[in-house]
Amino acid sequence: MRQIGYILALLGLVIVELLTIVSSFVSLVLAFGLGMVFLFPPQVRMIRRVTGLTRRLVNASAGVSIEPPYLPEPPPPQPQADGLYRSHRTLYKTPRVPAWNDRWRWMMTDPATWRDALWLALDPFVKVLLLPLFVLLPGRGLRVYGLWCATLLGATASSRMAGQISSLNRARNLAVDTQAAEMRRIERDLHDGTQARLVALGMTIGAAEQIVESDPRAAKALMAKAREASAETLTELRRVIRGIHPPVLAERGLGDAVRALAMDSALRVSVQVDLPHRPEAPVEAAAYFAVSELLANAARHGGAESVEIDISSSRANLLITVTDDGWGGADPAKGSGLAGIERRLAAFDGVMAISSPPGGPTTVTMELPRVLPAHWAGDLPKLPRWKMITVVTLWATAWCPLFPQGIVAGVFKTIDFDEKAWFLALHLPEPWQWPCIVFMILLGTAMYLAAVVIPAQDRDNPSIVRPTVRTGIRCT
Amino acid sequence: MNRVLVAEDLYLLRDGLVHLLQAHGFEVVAAVESGPELLKGLLELRPDVSIVDVRLPPTLTDEGLQASLEARKKVPGLPILVLSQHVEQLYARELLADGSGGIGYLLKDRVFNAEQFIDAVRRVAAGGTAMDPEVISKLLASNAKNEPLAALTPREREVLEQMAEGRSNAAISQRLYLSESAVAKHTASIFGKLGLAPSDDDNRRVLAVLAYLNSR
Repeated sequence: MRQIGYILALLGLVIVELLTIVSSFVSLVLAFGLGMVFLFPPQVRMIRRVTGLTRRLVNASAGVSIEPPYLPEPPPPQPQADGLYRSHRTLYKTPRVPAWNDRWRWMMTDPATWRDALWLALDPFVKVLLLPLFVLLPGRGLRVYGLWCATLLGATASSRMAGQISSLNRARNLAVDTQAAEMRRIERDLHDGTQARLVALGMTIGAAEQIVESDPRAAKALMAKAREASAETLTELRRVIRGIHPPVLAERGLGDAVRALAMDSALRVSVQVDLPHRPEAPVEAAAYFAVSELLANAARHGGAESVEIDISSSRANLLITVTDDGWGGADPAKGSGLAGIERRLAAFDGVMAISSPPGGPTTVTMELPRVLPAHWAGDLPKLPRWKMITVVTLWATAWCPLFPQGIVAGVFKTIDFDEKAWFLALHLPEPWQWPCIVFMILLGTAMYLAAVVIPAQDRDNPSIVRPTVRTGIRCT
Repeated sequence: MNRVLVAEDLYLLRDGLVHLLQAHGFEVVAAVESGPELLKGLLELRPDVSIVDVRLPPTLTDEGLQASLEARKKVPGLPILVLSQHVEQLYARELLADGSGGIGYLLKDRVFNAEQFIDAVRRVAAGGTAMDPEVISKLLASNAKNEPLAALTPREREVLEQMAEGRSNAAISQRLYLSESAVAKHTASIFGKLGLAPSDDDNRRVLAVLAYLNSR
């Protein structure tokens, strides 16, 4: 009954499709023939409504899920520094025209728009052709119809790629923005703090220089003041440097930098680090500042007393878990700190998961995919020992059944060569000789296959953790 | 008691240190600028005290610190004063871990005050310790929730800070404008509150306090 209902709905949709075809034809002619381009976007939206509805119906009736193939909608235009909006070489006072241009280009250049149109033109005929099947075998008919829709309405490899590229672009823009903001902050710190202090220092020394002969005592006092000022400047500069790239991170890497952070924290922090090599500096910095922010959050908002930090690697992925025993309820939408961490991680395609039920505990898990040097992962020596031995043994011995005992013996047997040598099969009674040769060839092939498959399986199995020694310290 | 080795990669600062030390009657036996040279110098010359920058070529990471730790492993108690642009509890712990004294860890800024700096060098040369006030304040801050420490009076806390930096009773009394007997009374009270065994030896007393702060 349900299937019949779906079929009736799909057939009823034909009327809508016919109307859409007529209106599309008219608006295409008007848009491209008479230049009434403003008709194009609404028309495309109308077609997308129909295709969207069809996708949903097909998914519900035949279980064929069709991924929408459209490119992501362009973001709203951003004003320039002078408040104007730029679209190609023209500047506009309001965002309306540039936004319209972007939308127009988005719809025109998306191949999915034209595939939709093709589908729309052909679909009524397909439905008519499938009518007998719909009546006789409704289930089969819906399935065939679903496959037809999937070919024209589904995502293609290039549309998926385009989607990926646009999400990468977004991540890159975010990273560039974040970096630019950081640079501005550093510039402000240096300009308002360090630079101003150095100016004052220079003035003090200049004043001392002027009076050093007339009033040596006062000059000495000024020099002492200058010395104090230089110490203050250094303290200030140290603070700025810490915000850019903490020295201990540069000197020791992520593990020790987080340990140093743990020691400076008033909370009871335990740190587990399991990284055999140092990741690259930008990754270390992102991970460090993320942990630093979480630690500060736990102390400031979470009411935590103890925190556990675990840094480990799974193949080329860097995993960081920070757990505190505070009262929970952390929400990335509320605190700007968590959003900041997400932005930092986004530059590396990193993700963050927060579990923070009211009453605690709060666990933040961060994963930075494929940021560790590739040679850590998938190395043969990283296999468990017994697998390693098996693979080596297979490679070393598989030639024996395959070539001499199998193929060569087979050749000797075929050409009736009168030499048995050490070919096992030729020493057996006649009826067993061919089965033995075939068995040897199969055995050799299977051994080679196993030698290839075992390490490959290991690489694909994410649960394999490299056997390394875990180091941990506890500190307050 | 006054043969000194200086390890610093910035020429101006190295030169300044050499002049400063010579002016105060030290004999500078070597002035090196890289980690491997430093390790060689430490082990071959066995200077009475060495002044070492944490960050040295060739890696410009913590070469100086590593060379110092390495040398002290081979020659326990070899007096070394480590200088750095930043202080970390982590490094302080590593330097103090062997518990043998003759160690110093100061910010480079402390060189500005020549008198105090030379005093610190002499202390380290004599087998004592010289910890930067910033290290000590970080240590105390991260021990903020520690019960016995919270029970100290403000005056006792001041004395504890001075003591942890490595000063003797006499030096503390001078700095805090107290009589030496008053300082002795305060230290006895601090040791009582922290549950540490009192000791007449200044150096051992300081190490006990640092070990106490580091153990938490």
